[in-house]
Amino acid sequence: MKKTMTNKEYQIYVEKKSPKSNIGRNIIRAFIVGGLICIIGQFFTNALKMRGYGQEEVAGITSLLMIFLGALFTGLNLYDDLGRFAGAGSIVPITGFANSIVSPAMEFKSEGYVMGVGGRMFVIAGPVLVYGISASIIAGIVYYLLS
Amino acid sequence: MSTKRLGNQTVKLQNPPSIVSTACIAGPKEGKGPLRLYFDNIVEDEMCGEKSWEKAESKLIRETFALILKKANKSAEQINYVFSGDLLNQCIAANFGLRESEVPFFGVYGACSTMAESMSLGSMLIDGGFAEDIVCVTSSHFCSAEKQFRFPLELGTQRTPTAQWTVTGSGGVLLSAKGDGPYITHITTGKIVDKGIKDANNMGAAMAPAAVDTIVTHFMDTGFSPERYDLIVTGDLGEVGRDICAELVQEQGYNISGIYNDCGLMIYDRERQDTHAGGSGCGCCATVFAGFIYWKMMEGSLKNVLFVATGALLSPTSTQQGESIPSIAHAVSISTVLQ
Repeated sequence: MKKTMTNKEYQIYVEKKSPKSNIGRNIIRAFIVGGLICIIGQFFTNALKMRGYGQEEVAGITSLLMIFLGALFTGLNLYDDLGRFAGAGSIVPITGFANSIVSPAMEFKSEGYVMGVGGRMFVIAGPVLVYGISASIIAGIVYYLLS
Repeated sequence: MSTKRLGNQTVKLQNPPSIVSTACIAGPKEGKGPLRLYFDNIVEDEMCGEKSWEKAESKLIRETFALILKKANKSAEQINYVFSGDLLNQCIAANFGLRESEVPFFGVYGACSTMAESMSLGSMLIDGGFAEDIVCVTSSHFCSAEKQFRFPLELGTQRTPTAQWTVTGSGGVLLSAKGDGPYITHITTGKIVDKGIKDANNMGAAMAPAAVDTIVTHFMDTGFSPERYDLIVTGDLGEVGRDICAELVQEQGYNISGIYNDCGLMIYDRERQDTHAGGSGCGCCATVFAGFIYWKMMEGSLKNVLFVATGALLSPTSTQQGESIPSIAHAVSISTVLQ
């Protein structure tokens, strides 16, 4: 048998052979969908301001509404289709965060409400929460020490 | 000294068993693909009327097993052994699907190579005189596989172009000491090959070297040339793996380009069905073999087929620990006539 490639050579060969993601197209789609989601959020913000809510209330209620919509569209089996099209455009906004919590909850419902839904709900959002909260604590300490 | 061994990895069966019956049940997406006419049944709903995807997959295996027996006009008592496995942890689709079958059971795990692995073991048992009739059946399910190996279905993520789509379906065969073919004549058992590919979204590239190794070894052990075959078909290398496999086999001095195909590319219309690099899973080559290929062999348009099922022997844990993907390929040589 002819000598075969080394692992390193094979990995370089595979790298060349494998089709790449269409980054240009993905960025444009992410920009459009992500932008649209933000426009919806802005619409809620403006509508709430017109009704006389204060800045803090507006921010809270807008987040709640967007989380609700993200969860609703996940439950309607639509958010995954949106995600396939938009990529980061629908993952990064808060609706994507809702999707990352609701989708495992739906998936693991067959393992029961305690170990299934309860135990697995944060399987994807968990790391975001752990490191998000840790980063905010560190930022808080630094801010406290500097001020 | 064994008289049935050829070379290092191949056996030549002296009493070649016949594949006397096959059955395959496919999921809704596969049922819209190019091979839809060759499936025995197409389920309309991915849940198959069950409460979980795992139960649905078990049901696929159970019904495929029943259909194999029905088509061969056999009862479960006449079956000496059943070989079965699937992709789920502890092979629960097979174990639960066949728990009421009342047939002596061998559970096997070869990832997506399970079909050829089962056929290899079953054929050798029959050739050895230990059994008359053996059923080999396997399955995979897109939803249960995604749940175990990747992300929840409703999570809005994008797949990479090299990612493959797990086939929902179950396929199986009945091997018998008596029969008029197609006969299983040679078996080349693969070695575990690991070329250091770590990307679980590029399993075709990880498995291709295993397929190359098994195909080239098959030719060397048996002395056959590619011209002997009408079709050499790998299990689920997909587009990337198929191209790599064809190229590397060529480099070893065997030109298989005109007769080579991959079940993962045959089962879907990749453009229309958005399956990226193609199909994968135990059910991929099992349904394509039990449906399309067996049909073509019975019809006479395929006479000699080398069926090479490929498996990626990874687990979600090994991937998270940064391990590369060990792979395997098992080859079964099938002929409609005995030479």
